[in-house]
Amino acid sequence: MADALLELTNVDVHYGAIHALRGVSVRVGEGEIVTLIGANGAGKTTTLRAVSGMLKPSAGQIRYGGQEIGGLKPHKLVARGLCHAPEGRGIFPNLTILENLKLGAFLRRDSAEIAKDLEHGFTLFPRLRERAGQMAGTLSGGEQQMLAIARALMARPRLLLLDEPSLGLAPQVVETIFKIIQEINKAGVTILLVEQNAHLALGIANHGYVLETGSVVQTGTGAELLKSPEIRKAYLGE
Amino acid sequence: MDGVSLGAIYALIALGYTMVYGVLQLINFAHGDVFMLGSMIGWYASARWTGESQHPSILGAVAVTLLSMVLCGCVGFVIERLAYRPLRGAPKINSLITAIGVSFFLEYGGQYAFGPNPRAFGVLPHRPPLHLFGITIGYVDVVTIVISVLLMVVLQRIVFHSRIGTAMRAVSWNPSVAALMGINIDFIISFTFVLGSVLAAVAGILYASKYPSVHPLMGLMPGLKAFVAAVLGGIGNVPGAMLGGLLLGLAEQLVSGYTSSSWRDAVAFGILILILLIKPSGLLGKGTAEKV
Repeated sequence: MADALLELTNVDVHYGAIHALRGVSVRVGEGEIVTLIGANGAGKTTTLRAVSGMLKPSAGQIRYGGQEIGGLKPHKLVARGLCHAPEGRGIFPNLTILENLKLGAFLRRDSAEIAKDLEHGFTLFPRLRERAGQMAGTLSGGEQQMLAIARALMARPRLLLLDEPSLGLAPQVVETIFKIIQEINKAGVTILLVEQNAHLALGIANHGYVLETGSVVQTGTGAELLKSPEIRKAYLGE
Repeated sequence: MDGVSLGAIYALIALGYTMVYGVLQLINFAHGDVFMLGSMIGWYASARWTGESQHPSILGAVAVTLLSMVLCGCVGFVIERLAYRPLRGAPKINSLITAIGVSFFLEYGGQYAFGPNPRAFGVLPHRPPLHLFGITIGYVDVVTIVISVLLMVVLQRIVFHSRIGTAMRAVSWNPSVAALMGINIDFIISFTFVLGSVLAAVAGILYASKYPSVHPLMGLMPGLKAFVAAVLGGIGNVPGAMLGGLLLGLAEQLVSGYTSSSWRDAVAFGILILILLIKPSGLLGKGTAEKV
């Protein structure tokens, strides 16, 4: 088993009076793809938000690269290579595509390397190059998702949190996006993936965690979970 | 030309309203009073601390303006830090009420500290009006227009062509996502307040040079007018604030020129009502819809 890059231990999160996460423990090994699956409202996005510093856990520990990070502000974590591509794409429609991508590299000063990564992003998603000068709001949903992923890569993340990259996309586009997620992982980026599309997500993941009403109810390798009867029934429509 | 220079001053103040609204969705009603402080600091710097107002010179005027810009920038920073930041997570209405409170604090604190009496203001040396292309234009108006245009060009560069400007626009769209890019939101918000306050300081000096009477309540009317200008152009929209300021200044001066000057305030606020009825997003504002 690879060394843990990210480790959540008994994490609780509250939204006001609502207890959104109850003792969630998740382990993401260096170089792995780990996926969180579960229904709407199960706490998947909340888990990612707690990791990236958008939410403060009320109890438990979040360790990243061996250090406690619970409650640190997001921009501090980006500086350490922890990058979160939020749900609903989270691109800036009022900025051009090029400006969006450059914002991904906001904390970096190595302009030569940034140019290289920009080129890499354009190679992964040629459509973005064609439209670099356009406002990002003019892109289609799939293109916006591509932009969100390309932008997250501009930070040269060590750990990439992806929230529902397939949301609302045509099946073909989803396939492309998942292929690229695997490529990114092969290039050495650890990925924590939240997905509704359990079949696809478990297919590419080393490990999976199933969340229900704020707790982890099942865990295993991607292949194990794909075979599990409960999962097949609850999430794969059998 | 009188209208253009008045409009330019409104535009400078309006930019502060609109930028702060852009990043915080807050109407900073204290902004007009920062403008007042800009004039007041100018008065102290020229008439009290130095003899500048006795022997005005261009160099002296520049020095006074720079000092006022720096001090107002600090004031803007402190206001955000003490009054608005603790309320960042609270409902918007709380911040709005606080803004009105800060405004009253500066106005009546100003009356206490500076006294309520108007003071004569003069930092610019007197020059005869200029005659250009058959029109006569006051010296102060020329200076006002030149400086305002210069500042707006600089601001345009900052907002649309710099790293920090891109970050400002990102924060204005969605602060929490901007934070995920590694942008320090608190820093950007402070920067926005400082930038707006610096512009208000210049506007304060220019306004006081045009209407040379400085007192603690002087920020009230220009502040409200500039707010109208910001709404007219589309609140949150930087070019809109410039356009709105210009149009409002022109409208006011044309109305007072052709009818009676007692109509000018009515026209300004009439414009506000009209724009809110017809196109609430402002002339250059546009509603945006999220794609799914």
